[in-house]
Amino acid sequence: MEKVYEKKAITGAEAVAYAMKQINPDVVAAYPITPQTPIVEYFAKFVADGEVDTEMIPVESEHSAMSAVVGAAAAGARAMTATSANGLALMHEIVYIAASTRLPIVMPVVNRALSAPINIHCDHSDAMAERDSGWIQFYVENNQEAYDLTILAVKLAEHEDVRLPVMVNLDGFIISHGVEPVELYPDDLVKEFVGEPKPLYPLLDTEHPVTYGPLDLYDYYFEHKRQQIEAMDNVKKIFPKVAEEFEKTFGKRYDFVEQYKLDDADYVMVALGSTNSTVKYVVDWLREEGFKVGLLKVWMFRPFPKEQIQSILVGRKGVVVLDRSASFGAEPPLYEAIKSALYEAAVRPALGSYIYGLGGRDIKAEEIRKAFEDAINGNLIVDEQRFLGLRE
Amino acid sequence: MALKGWKDIPIGGVIDEPGKAREYKTGTWRVLRPVLHEDKCIHCMFCWLYCPDLAIVQEQGKMKGFNFDYCKGCGLCANVCPTKAIEMKPETEFLK
Amino acid sequence: MPVNLMQLAKEFDKKDPGITQGHRLCPGCGAPIIAKFVLMVAKHLGYEPVVGLATGCLEVSTTIYPYTAWSIPYIHNAFENVAATISGVETAYKALKKRRRIPDKKYAFIAFAGDGGTYDIGIQSLSGAIERGHKFIYVLYDNEGYMNTGNQRSGSTPPGAYTTTAPVGKLLPGKAQLKKNIVEIVAGHENVYAATLSLSEPMDFFNKVEKALKFDGPAFLAVLSPCVRFWRVPDDKAIEVSKLAVETKYWPLYEYERGVYRVTRKPRSFKPIEEFLKAQGRFRALLARPDAKDIIDELQKYVDARWERLLVLEEATKDKPIR
Repeated sequence: MEKVYEKKAITGAEAVAYAMKQINPDVVAAYPITPQTPIVEYFAKFVADGEVDTEMIPVESEHSAMSAVVGAAAAGARAMTATSANGLALMHEIVYIAASTRLPIVMPVVNRALSAPINIHCDHSDAMAERDSGWIQFYVENNQEAYDLTILAVKLAEHEDVRLPVMVNLDGFIISHGVEPVELYPDDLVKEFVGEPKPLYPLLDTEHPVTYGPLDLYDYYFEHKRQQIEAMDNVKKIFPKVAEEFEKTFGKRYDFVEQYKLDDADYVMVALGSTNSTVKYVVDWLREEGFKVGLLKVWMFRPFPKEQIQSILVGRKGVVVLDRSASFGAEPPLYEAIKSALYEAAVRPALGSYIYGLGGRDIKAEEIRKAFEDAINGNLIVDEQRFLGLRE
Repeated sequence: MALKGWKDIPIGGVIDEPGKAREYKTGTWRVLRPVLHEDKCIHCMFCWLYCPDLAIVQEQGKMKGFNFDYCKGCGLCANVCPTKAIEMKPETEFLK
Repeated sequence: MPVNLMQLAKEFDKKDPGITQGHRLCPGCGAPIIAKFVLMVAKHLGYEPVVGLATGCLEVSTTIYPYTAWSIPYIHNAFENVAATISGVETAYKALKKRRRIPDKKYAFIAFAGDGGTYDIGIQSLSGAIERGHKFIYVLYDNEGYMNTGNQRSGSTPPGAYTTTAPVGKLLPGKAQLKKNIVEIVAGHENVYAATLSLSEPMDFFNKVEKALKFDGPAFLAVLSPCVRFWRVPDDKAIEVSKLAVETKYWPLYEYERGVYRVTRKPRSFKPIEEFLKAQGRFRALLARPDAKDIIDELQKYVDARWERLLVLEEATKDKPIR
């Protein structure tokens, strides 16, 4: 029987903060930036009211936030932070260091466009700029997923065969500030699921002194990076196990991707984040009219679930990829990844790339429908960059 | 020392052998060597205090000599010695 | 009872202070001596040091993979963030102790950094860590330039010194800007202990390290660290040059404690600043200039005025802490 717990109508930020409350990490170091700020505010209130006994560090910049979290995690603590856009960009250097040092940090990222010009609204340029950093990356569709995956991320990050930091991406304002009903689990269930952290090489263990962050010359750097590649490969084996345990505990099934009405779909749309809700609506709309369409929602962007995507997309008639970020001078990231995954497919579908929603530009159902129609009408050109919602 | 493969080293770039640098004998850098004139030594411990490479050997405050595995021959010990009990001589005088 | 040399000698004849032999700093470098002094005092007083280190000479030369010259817990993160990193370690300790996940040990959280990682790129994270009041000591080994990468100018480089990014050329006379007064910057945070230290005054050094360790809040120790290579002095002159710096008022020894100034070494007689400049090759081009005398006079006026100011501050703030 499916377990159902009490639901509360809360914003995505409150949901994430609530997850952090239940995780009750040892240390949180965070710097406010719109639209992540409410997460920090809610959590600070939990600390001030004694609802958590986390030690919270009011750092003076995002760079110091990630630096402090790296120090805390190396010391042996379970440490978390959160940020958006330019905050993520500012901590970029340390984001790489966190992953290379194999520290199991969990960071919700409220996706917001990178400057310039300064824009506080949603797009994926911030997280996409970190796609090579070695962090595991999830993109969530709604408030429930933001809550769930923040909890799941802790377990995944700390797995002994993984030991990589995890970024949980949630769309700025759309998820962070939009109110939705979220099913909240009992505290003790979350506590039991995340368990006690088991740090590897804690600095505070003076019986076994370790050196973190040495200088690698050309004789060892390559080998250290190869270890990171191995860890990312391990994620593909470990995540299904963690997802299974999550389902057993909380009743929700997560996977590398979500398949929506794909069984007999000829035309598939691929997307990340909250737009998937609108795509589902359009899929239903088109299906009512008899079109065989479906949605491949990508949950895990890093490591990129190439095998799953290959097996799902092979043989389809048309695939339309929506990207909420641009990679100037090349194809946008999700499209590039999908296209590359289909390189060896025996039967390659027609492919089309659509950039949408930059800087929080709203994406309408009609626009998504138009992209589907391009596929249905055989009007996809693989090397043509198209835009949805852009004024020419 | 043979270089290790990626499967044989700790993850995260961590070094879990404290003080492993002791395997690297910096004494090979030496161009000048300190020589102790024991009759002048007053065991003030200044040489031991100031040696940047922890290459002064002393026992309970009594100067014993130098650790030539690590002494780089900088001459600080001779410079700070209040009685000039340490003399820096060219390392070539000691080559066998 | 103040820490004394013989005590340390007897304790550390065989015992490891925390930094070991086999590091690859230049022969005669001041930095490992500074680290050794600080760690010996800490261990002598019963602390277990946990060290953070900013990128720089000390960091790079002591941790060339797979070697490490540290036998105590150590973390290097990046160039500008040792204070933030140590903030994280110190906070983790508070959290884990509270939650009883670690045995309660008497830790000393010590951040080492050069002037590069302190005056310039590191000043933000230093300031933030002090403002937050973490219980840690920050030891600045000030060699007045980015020496690890070959002597580039920093905010700590004195005017007229030769550096590769502010060289003395046909047109320009080396670094034009003045040296920032980092101890005063730190003192501006008010609720802090900040002091200048010199390797040439070991008792004063040990006392200040002890004070810093026992201080109930963040402590900042600025130590002049002669760079034999780029200050162009012979390998064995680090301590002599440190002594000259104190005797010429270039590096006055004082401390600031929550608003109270104390000058801790008052030499009976001073030497002219010119002697400090003449002793180092990095000022050779400055001294060869036709207007050298004017420049030296101005520098002399500055160190004299700064000394007088310190004496006045000592008088004015005596027994009057503001925090």
